Amino acid sequence: MSIILDHVNYTYSSGTAYEIQALKDINIQIEDGQFIGIIGHTGSGKSTLIQHMNGLVKATSGAIYFNGQDIYDEDFDLRNLRTKVGLVFQYPEHQLFETTIFDDVSFGPKNQGLTKDEAGLRAFEALKMVGLDESLYYQSPFDLSGGQKRRVAIAGVLAMRPEMIILDEPTAGLDPKGRDEILDLISKMHDEKNITIVLVSHSMEDVAKYVQRIIVMNDGSVMFDDCPSEVFKHYKELEAAGLAAPQVTYLMHELKERGIDVDTEATTVEEAKRSILKALC
Amino acid sequence: MLRDITLGQYYPADSVIHKLDPRVKLVGTLVYIVSLFLFKGPVGFLVITAFLALSIKLSKVPFLYMVKGLKAIMILMIITALFNLFLTPGETPIFTLGPLKMYPEGVKTAIFMLIRLSYLIVGTSVMTLTTTPNQLTDGLEKGLMPLSVIGVPVHAIAMMMSIALRFIPILIEETDLIMKAQMARGADFETGGIIKKAKNMVPLLVPLFVSAFRRADDLAMAMEARCYTGGKGRTKMKPLKYSGNDARAYLLTFVFLAVVIVLRIYNL
Ligand SMILES: Nc1ncnc2c1ncn2[C@@H]1O[C@H](COP(=O)(O)OP(=O)(O)OP(=O)(O)O)[C@@H](O)[C@H]1O
Ligand SMILES: [Mg+2]
Repeated sequence: MSIILDHVNYTYSSGTAYEIQALKDINIQIEDGQFIGIIGHTGSGKSTLIQHMNGLVKATSGAIYFNGQDIYDEDFDLRNLRTKVGLVFQYPEHQLFETTIFDDVSFGPKNQGLTKDEAGLRAFEALKMVGLDESLYYQSPFDLSGGQKRRVAIAGVLAMRPEMIILDEPTAGLDPKGRDEILDLISKMHDEKNITIVLVSHSMEDVAKYVQRIIVMNDGSVMFDDCPSEVFKHYKELEAAGLAAPQVTYLMHELKERGIDVDTEATTVEEAKRSILKALC
Repeated sequence: MLRDITLGQYYPADSVIHKLDPRVKLVGTLVYIVSLFLFKGPVGFLVITAFLALSIKLSKVPFLYMVKGLKAIMILMIITALFNLFLTPGETPIFTLGPLKMYPEGVKTAIFMLIRLSYLIVGTSVMTLTTTPNQLTDGLEKGLMPLSVIGVPVHAIAMMMSIALRFIPILIEETDLIMKAQMARGADFETGGIIKKAKNMVPLLVPLFVSAFRRADDLAMAMEARCYTGGKGRTKMKPLKYSGNDARAYLLTFVFLAVVIVLRIYNL
């Protein structure tokens, strides 16, 4: 599975006084099994970009290819694409609507045309994966806590068994424990099910810890697209774009300036620890 | 914020008309509408056209935006014109098509009707394009204040109006978002018969209502937390005050009205 965005542009409210070009000439290729992080300041076009990847928003110009097929072709099955590329929106708990959690999670599989049993099986599997307590399955989703609701919403997408999952700031508004649980869940989906993951995040630490590749958005364009250690080398430019590198990066640069020979490419606490120990011993 | 004012197609620009007090624009629009139904002859028509052209010129809004509203009522205008053309009785028909007869009187009323309708739309657009919904409700509140003496809850009405206006774009945005989110789960809002379509709306409507109530609740709470207790003794951050330009605009408006009335009396 691969997704290619070729010279994609997108303009909101085109032809009115409020015209905003949200995406400018985006060229991205996403391969099977990657774990990608998208970062960028507020309003840089992250949400707009990911909505292109499953065809919810149609590019003003440019083309998008899914497995080599142009998704804007007349006979391309967009609904099928959406079940293969699952998208979890920002604050997904706001879309819950069914009377029970189980029914809500089965909504996606049912739309795929599966039988009731099969849809139920998938829902069960997905709920188990997100680690929701079994006693809750037949309760109303509206009675859950924020973190639990979010898991249900993620399960709702997972239940369609997508080959790729895109998550728009899945940890926004959660406490540190809830955040770690969600991120661990996402990384588990990647490692165990080999699902391609695209994670939109504001936290450099999270991104540095989990992803293999970072796409930095700035004012609707791709600013960097590389592995974390390469991207965070440009921490000065990132700051200029309203972002920052992980705190570890700053620490390592500071240490280097003071004459300790550490590896400034370390981006996680673990790597930093090893490098500092090595330099000191 | 940009999206706060998408309703009523406000067009931001720096012009004399934009800066006028909303009350002046409300009265001006009212006078303009009255004049549209007063004029009878070509001179009156010319005066009204001049008034409209002046307002458009001063407003600095591109002419294209002004006539955009016409597109929406195209069908209505065509039907009205046809009815007037063929159903106005007269003496000597100038054109016959089966049972349909067209008289010169019909042509005249049809033309008048078309002019009135299109001028009505374009004229009111001048107001909605140059005034934000909030300014409008402010203007209405202040303008209708005298009615509160006889017990009309003017402030409450204006507050409800501005909250409703404020919520429309938010709800539109929210609908769009929830719709996309459910489509990402394979929901289908387009195909199927009417019953299936209605059923398919459930995943959209339930979250929408939940969120509307949550927002209303939050807003009420936030207003109370800031000691809102209704209109009594409440002052405004930007109180409406007439300036020299407003006085001139009023003068121009009433001179215009007087001219139209005089022309009508003389059937010009
Ligand atoms: N529905 C919309 N209508 C008009 N403009 C929009 C709409 N959605 C987003 N925009 C504009 O497009 C630009 C990109 O928005 P987008 O939501 O993609 O940013 P983002 O990177 O996801 O930001 P955030 O981190 O705040 O979620 C912004 O300038 C925004 O104001
Ligand atoms: Mg966003």
